[in-house]
Parts: sequence; C-alpha cells; structure tokens
Amino acid sequence: MDRFSWSTGGPLYGEKEILKQSSVRIYDGDEKTSYDDGSLILTTHQIIWRDSSDFQICISVPLCLVVFCEKQSGGIGRSAKLSVHLQAAQANRTPGPVSRSRYDYVRFSFKNGGESEFHTKLQSAMQTKEWEKTSSQATSSPVSKSSAKTGPIRASGIVGIERKIEENRRVTDKNISVAFQDLTKLMEKAKEMVSLSSNIANKIKDKKGDITDDETVKFKSYLLSLGIPNPVTKETHGSGTHYHMQLAHEIASLLKQPLEENAGIMLLSDAYCRINRARGMELLSPEDLLNACRMLDNLKLHMKLREFETGVLVLQLDSHSDEKVISQTTELVDDSKSLSAQELANLVSVSVLLAKERLLLAERAGKLCRDDSDEGLRFYPNLFAQPMR
Amino acid sequence: MAASTTFNWPWQYDFPPFFTIQKNADTKAKQIEAWCTLVLEYHQHNKLLKLRVADALASPLFSNKAIERKLPKEGVMEVLESLCKKGNVQWDDKSKTSCVIYWKTIEQWADIIYSWASKTGSLNTVCTLHELTQGPHTTSEPFHGLDDWLLIKALSTLQSRGKAELIGEEGVKFFA
Repeated sequence: MDRFSWSTGGPLYGEKEILKQSSVRIYDGDEKTSYDDGSLILTTHQIIWRDSSDFQICISVPLCLVVFCEKQSGGIGRSAKLSVHLQAAQANRTPGPVSRSRYDYVRFSFKNGGESEFHTKLQSAMQTKEWEKTSSQATSSPVSKSSAKTGPIRASGIVGIERKIEENRRVTDKNISVAFQDLTKLMEKAKEMVSLSSNIANKIKDKKGDITDDETVKFKSYLLSLGIPNPVTKETHGSGTHYHMQLAHEIASLLKQPLEENAGIMLLSDAYCRINRARGMELLSPEDLLNACRMLDNLKLHMKLREFETGVLVLQLDSHSDEKVISQTTELVDDSKSLSAQELANLVSVSVLLAKERLLLAERAGKLCRDDSDEGLRFYPNLFAQPMR
Repeated sequence: MAASTTFNWPWQYDFPPFFTIQKNADTKAKQIEAWCTLVLEYHQHNKLLKLRVADALASPLFSNKAIERKLPKEGVMEVLESLCKKGNVQWDDKSKTSCVIYWKTIEQWADIIYSWASKTGSLNTVCTLHELTQGPHTTSEPFHGLDDWLLIKALSTLQSRGKAELIGEEGVKFFA
C-alpha cells in the first residue's frame, strides 16, 4: 500500500484510460483500509483509485511497479478480489496515503464484479508497457497541468439518472457529427475520384496503341457512367435563368447520345433518372430539370421538350420526325393487322407509354383507327380512309 | 314483311374499330357515314320503319356477336342524330327514345310513286291506297308494303306540288 501516491486523476502524457470499474475496495495486503468504496481506473500507465463520495481523494500506483496479479474468486458474502503484487517503492515517489506497509501487495475487492475483465486488461497493459514509450517525457508522477476534468459522473438518485441521460445525449451528438463529417469527406473524395477518372481517360487517349479499341471503348463507357466531371450546381452558377441555361447545356451534351440510341425521343422521367445518375452527389430537383429543359429549344441545343396531348413530357431531338415514326408505326400495324401499345412497345423496344404516343400520333394523322373494347385499346389500320374495298 | 334474302353486311361490320367511335375527326366522319348507310340499308332490307333506341342497342344491327363488339349508346345516338340532320330520321319524342327511319325521304318516296304512276299510265286516274301498297301490280315496287301513314305523307307532298290529289282517305288521283 505504501507504493500508492496521491494523484489528481488527470492523465499523464500519452496516457489513455482503458477500463473503469466502480465500487472497488482496497485491501493493504490482508488488512482492510478506509478506501472502501471508489472506482478503480486502469490506464496505460497506472492504476487509479478514486473515492466515490469525495472525488478529491484519489490515489494511484504506476504500472511499472506491478509485478504480477492474480484473481481470487469470490463466494457467499465475499466479493471477488484481485491481488496485485508490487515492487519496492521508488525512492523519489511522491507522497501517498501510507508511508510504510508490511505488505508487498494490495488487493482490490470488486463488489460489483468485473474483476476478470480488469485482470485481462491489466495483464495486456503490462505487456504493452505503454509507459516506457513515453517515460522520457513524463515521470510516473501525475502531470499537474491536467485539464479541469470533472470527477467521474456518479449515477445515484434522479440527478444521477439525469446526468447519465445527458451524457448519453452528448455521446450521441458526437457520433452524429462524426458521421456527418464522414459524409462531407466522402463528397470531397468523390470530387477527387471524378478528376482521377478524367485523368485516366486522358491517359488512355495517349496510350491508345497499347490497348485494343474495344477495351478503350469499354473503359470509356465505364468512366462515362461514373458521371459528369463538373456538374453545374447552384453554388457554381447561382439560381435562376443563368443556372438553368447552364444546366440545359449540360443536359444537352449528356443526353444527346442516349437520345440518338432511343430513336430521338425519351421520357422526361427517364431523362431525370439519367441526369441524376450521372451527377452522382449533386442531385437535381425535378423542377430545375423541367425549367432547364424548357430552355433547350431556345438555346438551339438540337433537342427540345415536347408535351404530347396526353400530357406526357418527353425530350426529343430536332432530327426526330413525326412523319417517319408515323409511317413506321403504320407499317407495323399493317403487318400485324392490329396492335396494342404493349405489343408495339415490344416490337420496337420503347416504353409502353411512348409506344402509345406513337399510336396516338398515327391515329391523329388518320393512319390508324382504334378499337376500344373490354380487351383494352387496340389500333387497326384506318380502313375507313380507304374508299372502296 | 319478312326479309326474303339474308342481309349483306358491309365489310365494316366485321372490323372491330367500327364499333368504337373514332377520335380522329376525319376518320370519325367516315365511320359515321358508314354507319348511316348501314342503318338505312338494314331497315330497308327488313322493311323496318320504327326504331326504339333501347331495342336497337341489343339488335344485331349495332352489335356483332361474332367479334364481340357493340356500338355503345353514345355511338348509336350519334349515328341517329347524323341521320336526323340528313332527314332520314325523325324523332318521335323530345327524349329521343324512339324514331322513324326513312330509308328514303318523303320527297324520294313521292318521286318514286309519281314516276311509277306516269310509267304505268295511271295519271289522271284514281287509285286506291290499298291498291298502291298491296295490289298485285306493285309487288316489285319499293313502296309495296309501305305503311299507310307514310304513303299518305308522300302523296300529300305530291299534292302540295300539284301532282296529285288525295280523294278521301282511301284514294288518290295523279296529275300529269
């Protein structure tokens, strides 16, 4: 017991708290001491005991003095104990509660249990010998400049519960802010990723000889699906007309190819999905997209927003011609005698909604006529328009 | 008078879109036109004059069981209205539940009867109405079996033109 020193409980240089166990009593060897109810704290450097009713009573023993420790299991009316054998005290030790003791060991009695964990952690801390790594900067004596750390929060009574709740809330707050920090970091990283991908793309261009054309194309398509290198955002272009104009340019350049692949026409909802997939993090609101699309025509970007009479909104290339679609649709209907929107959609592999628009378009042009029955809406060649049969 | 031969349905009758009122204005006009022709021909063939809308909806005229299609009531009404504008249909009441189908207009009937009269040398002679519609000499004429009220209407038209004169309720005298 004479190895213990008075302590402030503040951390030493490089010290970390490992484990804390409440309701621990100290025995000096086999004798009971007045240190009968406190929390025992294991750090990387020392074992600290702090009184639970008066947290200014705080004593510690450096881990370098610990020789070994052993467990003594408890029994009926007896708590489990941990015996810690100690080396002879250092000559220069700071004063402690006991100046001389007959015993070379102390025992910690764990009223609330937890001795096995303490035992394991203590042994691993002794193996790590963390204190040696920082011993050059610090002695075993506690650093006096320790922060104004309040004593351990004691959970007793309503105040205790309230404190505990408060503590939990603080911890949750901290976790949340850490989580959001991660998100911000992710967004920063995303930007890096995008620049990396464009770098790779350039390199590929340079080394075209080494890789087959097929592979280059494939890789490029991967990169493309990664996204737009520099999405137009409200931060970069403000809000309002200018923003929408820039956005329109972005939409036009991104969707030109997909539009060409889809016979020059695409549902606005599909366009919305494609744009936002390409933008990745900087998602676009449907309203902004709509406003931007309305500008496509004025900006002469080779595509425009079109509203069908049914209210369906589509993006359409300027090269798209209704006449061609009508004649193609009419031909298909002629060949199969009659078609529903679903069947046409399968034939020309467009969405059902667009297939229906095609049929309605041909109907308006007088090339088809409808049969609206219980079996659904079907379209037939307009035989009425052919005078004699 | 029952139909002696089976009615020749037009090709449209087997064309499913015929039974859906078309959305395209041009197509619809052609469709309604085809319906008008069909209704008149059907009534003429079966020598039917009256049409009750409720009955017509279920009649073979407006529903083709073979292709499981029938013209909805709105469609039937549109066809009848269109015929009404042409003078081939006359509604019996304001609620338009039944009508008379003139597969030939009164004017046309009047012309037909007069031309028959002049052809057979019946001008300036008196004929009975019964003789005109039921007599042995008119069996091949379209007005054979015509309802009396319709015949009287047609003859009245001739009378107003000064081509005939009704004598009592049974006879008529044609003028040159």
